[in-house]
Amino acid sequence: MNKIEIGAELAPKTFNINRKLLLAYANASGDQNPIHQDETFAKSVGLPDVIAHGMLTMALAGKYLSDISGSQSVLEFSAKFIKPVVVPAGKDVSLIVSGKVTDVVEGIAKIELLAMCDEIKVLGMAKGVIKL
Amino acid sequence: MLNPDLVGRTFTSADSVTVTKEAIQKFAEVIGETNFDIAPPTFAISITLEKSQSLLQESGLDWTRVVHGDQRFEIKRPIVAGDVFQCSSTIESARNMAGNEIVSVRSDLISASEVVVSTWSTLVVRA
Repeated sequence: MNKIEIGAELAPKTFNINRKLLLAYANASGDQNPIHQDETFAKSVGLPDVIAHGMLTMALAGKYLSDISGSQSVLEFSAKFIKPVVVPAGKDVSLIVSGKVTDVVEGIAKIELLAMCDEIKVLGMAKGVIKL
Repeated sequence: MLNPDLVGRTFTSADSVTVTKEAIQKFAEVIGETNFDIAPPTFAISITLEKSQSLLQESGLDWTRVVHGDQRFEIKRPIVAGDVFQCSSTIESARNMAGNEIVSVRSDLISASEVVVSTWSTLVVRA
């Protein structure tokens, strides 16, 4: 674990996203929108293929935040969904999350997150506030 | 098209939701979290999304055209198994941009009149 101080770059972590994970997330979150499971439906509404739930990508980035000092330490978390994560059948898509410490005041750290898929930034303005 | 009279109004769910350890575990396992005692940071969405979805559908939005624009959480204390929540949702704004309707919804999870988690979602209803 890197030391949490202003400017510190936190080591990246890779999460694999596949169709099985989308189904598991749909069942865990209650979001059964067919664009996350049904290729024919996804294409019928103009998407290239099935896409991951934005909130699954955010949940994985949230896991990255939790790993810094525990789930109970996360006070704020926000992100914009700027690009869809396309998940073709039979494939593992790598989501690479990394972080940078932008502020530390009285045991509260601000972390800027970067979430990339195929070298494309999929979350914008992804930020967390954690208690150290 | 959302009825503009609904903007600013707060809707509180009649039913309360009890968080179970199984629900936390199911959510945690998807993201590889092994601590099932505390809900992961975005767990609240599994409660608030369904509530805000039914609210917006009743308000006249076509949910199948909804895309999630952004999301924010403020967590006053972590959610744990046994928590019983009322969910209170407010449509904070609705505006039209290039034919798409952009709706901002705040949902609070309230336990014993204390807000435990607040979530803000921006939803884009594609034209």
